[in-house]
Amino acid sequence: MTLRWRTSPTRPGPLAAVVSYLILSAWAFVVLFPLYWLAITAFKLPIHVNEGPTYVPFLDFQPSLHAWRYILVDLRNDTLRPYLNTVVVGVTSSLLTLILGAAATYGLSRFTYRIRLASVLTFLAGAVLTAFAIARGLPWQLAVAGGLGAFALARATALRRIRGPRLGNADIAFWMISQRMLPPVAIVIPIYILFQRLALLDSRTALVIAYVAANLPIAVWLLRDYFQTIPIELEESAAIDGANRYQILWRIVLPLALPGLVATFLFIFVLAWNEYLLALFLSSAKAQTMPLLVAAQNATRGPQWWYMSVLILLMIGPVIALAIVLERYIARGLLLGAVRG
Amino acid sequence: MRGTRPVGTTPAAGDAVARPARRIPLSRERFVAWADAQAGAVLVLPAVLVILALSIFPLLFSLYLSLSRFQPVSGGFRFHFVGLLNYRKLLLGSEQEHFLGRLGDLGVTGWVVFALLAGVALFLLARSLVAGPLAPSRLVGHLLVAAAGLLALWLVVRTLAAGGRPGTLVVTWIYVFAGVALQFLVGLLLAVLCAQQLPGRRFFRVVFLLPMMITPVGVAYTFRMLTDTGKGPFAPIANWLGYANVSWVNDPWGARIAVMIGDLWQWTPFMFIVLLAALESQSPEPVEAAIVDGASRWQIFWHITLPQIAPVASTVILIRLIEAFKIFDMPNVLTGGGPGTATESLTLHAYVLWRSLDYGTSAAVAYSLLFVVTFVGIAYVRLLHRRTTTLG
Repeated sequence: MTLRWRTSPTRPGPLAAVVSYLILSAWAFVVLFPLYWLAITAFKLPIHVNEGPTYVPFLDFQPSLHAWRYILVDLRNDTLRPYLNTVVVGVTSSLLTLILGAAATYGLSRFTYRIRLASVLTFLAGAVLTAFAIARGLPWQLAVAGGLGAFALARATALRRIRGPRLGNADIAFWMISQRMLPPVAIVIPIYILFQRLALLDSRTALVIAYVAANLPIAVWLLRDYFQTIPIELEESAAIDGANRYQILWRIVLPLALPGLVATFLFIFVLAWNEYLLALFLSSAKAQTMPLLVAAQNATRGPQWWYMSVLILLMIGPVIALAIVLERYIARGLLLGAVRG
Repeated sequence: MRGTRPVGTTPAAGDAVARPARRIPLSRERFVAWADAQAGAVLVLPAVLVILALSIFPLLFSLYLSLSRFQPVSGGFRFHFVGLLNYRKLLLGSEQEHFLGRLGDLGVTGWVVFALLAGVALFLLARSLVAGPLAPSRLVGHLLVAAAGLLALWLVVRTLAAGGRPGTLVVTWIYVFAGVALQFLVGLLLAVLCAQQLPGRRFFRVVFLLPMMITPVGVAYTFRMLTDTGKGPFAPIANWLGYANVSWVNDPWGARIAVMIGDLWQWTPFMFIVLLAALESQSPEPVEAAIVDGASRWQIFWHITLPQIAPVASTVILIRLIEAFKIFDMPNVLTGGGPGTATESLTLHAYVLWRSLDYGTSAAVAYSLLFVVTFVGIAYVRLLHRRTTTLG
């Protein structure tokens, strides 16, 4: 018996296997049944829903495409526009996040940064003062220029002599990642006011900008590990051959990190695809995304489950496909992130 | 490899003070060399600036908002500074019942429950304090956590007692602590089972991952369909139990439990997938040695497997704790925060206030949430997370 265990320490005995299968199947049922119910409700006529539950298509009720026709043909543009918005916002924001995140992560894994805390605090104080100046009615071009000028002056003169604590790579990375802790609701009202001032409310641009900021910490968190596992020798030999930093990054590092980049991209994409809170604050009609459209169903027409099921299916179809493809990457990425903290 | 400066002799960037400018003829090579030298800053600055511009400054502005009152004036609006009035309103004023809840009368059982829970909490804290070196900073930290914990416990017990009504703060705590504990336990059970050599486990892995990827809004509506006692799939069971057309939506606890079930369904996968990956990457030797020594299955799990995955487990709990505090989609869509405010989370509370143009109080709620999240996060890292990660 010992021998059998040693070759495969986690193989359960017959009784344990049966119990395991029972529990696993029970949870699989819990997971799949709501999805099944969603799928069959999308093919039901109102009468099949309202007259109490029916469970099996063709036996209990005759499936019908009426809900699909209504959503995709009758309401064509009202469905298509949010769908397109979601796709465009999701892809654009994820791409931008990936670019910014990959650059920052690569920088943090290959350069040594030592920034004076005093510089950071001076910069922040200057920015706050500038914001106040703008709020008091100064033209913003003047205020920003003045603020930057003051910062440059302070940095060139007074700050040079201060030998305060410095922030290193780990501090910067921690600072970026810790932004995940921030509840979005704590920053959304100022962002709302900002976009209102810029006349960007209810535009895809606003959503893209907001999503980049929201997902950047996650991108850094997931990518950090991929860049650290790329052997540095390749980069060194390229540098000896005369390649500059950007060529090394573009020709050597990014191709090597491609699996990680793809996985991170898809993960961020799913987050942007599903995002609800920021979209609720920042968009209403023109830039409406799918989660908003689905959420709005109830308010406008009462619970018409058949239409709602079609919409939800349209919305979750792509991400379910992604989940099946991504399963391995997600597990690995999240584990490495979690080990590092 | 971290912190090394490998390639070439690139100077430390980020702090690159402009060198005295010599007059040099502009050329492509010089530009490339200059750009190369600035690579460090070029790579990191965009991300830093985005986070500064869209997280840090909004955060500071939110602080100001929470200290002011929104006033529409002709042609726009302005913010009138009012000091701590908005927070006062939340804690003592007109929003108190919404935010903190209504205190009920603690009967004898209430006091017993409170004393019991407080005793356990204080005992655990004292044990954790004794376990380490007795530095003043640790003492102060533990005392702070004890005070905050007792206060929170008192609030929870009083508002849940007869005649009381929990406010959004307490409801959020219920979602976070009960929800995360449940998700962790279910996720751990599934991960342990799935880590065994069972044919077909890849199927389970993919299926179990699915809910995590689905839009919370969609999940919420799906659960509304499922829990409908008249038209949902479980209507016959509800009928048989005599609950036909009894709407759980009108019962505070029914609604809260529905929200928590939806959340459990959605977020167990996260726990599951990470714990499973941790289980699969643990080293097999200790387990094999324990089997040779005749340890039971339970002993192996408790003494070998669990300590090995403890750092990862602690981290996923931390991540979920932080994320769970932001819960919004599920209660907003599933119950709309109702009945009354029974299922309203803090984020939803802030949203409702924002919608009624009370920006100041909304920001104050958001800041309270931020404060609570930060406090819980730091306390968790100091008291639990460090220990598991250094032991593991």
